[in-house]
Amino acid sequence: MSDHSKDSVAHADGHDHHDIAAHVRTYLVVFGALLVGTVITVGMYYVHFDSMAVTIAIALFIASIKAFLVAGYFMHLMSEKKVIYSMLAVTVVFFFALGALTLWSSNDMPRNSEAKALYVP
Amino acid sequence: MEIPYTYKPRPDTGLYNAKVGIWLFLASEIMLFGALFSSYILLRVTSPEGEWPMVERAWPHGLLNIPIGTFNTAVLITSSVTVVLAWAALKMNQFGRFRAYMLVTLLCAFGFLGIKSFEYNEKFTHYELRLKDGKVYTGHIEVNGKHAGFWDFGSIYNLERLGKEQVTEVSFTADAPKPKPGEKHAEGAVHEHKAMPVKVADIEKLDAFILRNHTFFAIYFVVTALHGLHVLGGALVLGYFAFPGASMWRKNPEQFTNRIEVAGLFWHFVDLVWIFLFPVVYLL
Repeated sequence: MSDHSKDSVAHADGHDHHDIAAHVRTYLVVFGALLVGTVITVGMYYVHFDSMAVTIAIALFIASIKAFLVAGYFMHLMSEKKVIYSMLAVTVVFFFALGALTLWSSNDMPRNSEAKALYVP
Repeated sequence: MEIPYTYKPRPDTGLYNAKVGIWLFLASEIMLFGALFSSYILLRVTSPEGEWPMVERAWPHGLLNIPIGTFNTAVLITSSVTVVLAWAALKMNQFGRFRAYMLVTLLCAFGFLGIKSFEYNEKFTHYELRLKDGKVYTGHIEVNGKHAGFWDFGSIYNLERLGKEQVTEVSFTADAPKPKPGEKHAEGAVHEHKAMPVKVADIEKLDAFILRNHTFFAIYFVVTALHGLHVLGGALVLGYFAFPGASMWRKNPEQFTNRIEVAGLFWHFVDLVWIFLFPVVYLL
């Protein structure tokens, strides 16, 4: 049976109460930033851009910043071990490969399909 | 026999085992949602030019309720911060605070699902109507004087069903026009915001905003329902740890704290997916 005491919880990974209290302040700042990011994203919807590409780029840029904040701070990826980074690096490669393969298939539309091919040779 | 490395870091990875496990699982989840996001992009970029519903297969815009979606985004973000605060409370040996944060997280989770369910019902009861004379409407129908109830699948109609049930006329209330941002008024579609009788013989197409109607609804429902299932699954696990599973705190506080961290990682992932889903399906 284990011989842990509650006092050891904060020290198990080298954090003390002071560290954790500092983390809590960071979490609250990130929370505020995420809410502001959401308001900006929705606000951009009501601003009309002539180019759909610009609208999409801005929306995805803000979403990426929000995702970075969640992954970096709430999920502790800012200070994670190497093995996690390696796993995620492989995942990112396969994620984009999967997306590229899917989009590639758009050049192989069934005959008489209403859908338009992305690239017509 | 005791399970190894539930709280002590494993020498080669430097992590307790459950953390490696959850990240491997999240990697597979990234691929799952990645496939659906890719499908969304493919369906969207290959859809015909034009504005739905005037062009039947064009990609629809502005069909989802943005204020409700924004509120739900804030709800999910709040639950994400409360779950990490619950973990921090355990790190500081504050079990009472942990439970309070977990309760808020659970309230947010079920609040999110409740709001989503309301949004779904709005779609199940909303219709696209195309008449043989070329007029196009979106709005609500009444068949034999009956409105659809909440999540009442039995009252979803299409032209085939109207024929089978020998209905000759329906009452249709068209939506008020919704211009796109930057446009003064919606063009093309005819809108009259009052109930009007429509003869079934004059209808070319009638269907609710459901999966079979349009690829937009197909991908919208699949991806948001899959996300909703993740919210439900995560809420059940967090609920277990907040109440019956919390007895581990007395026996093995380090392992329990790690369990909350792992469950929290899953919860943040669910939030992360929504961070992309919200602008993609609601705003773009």
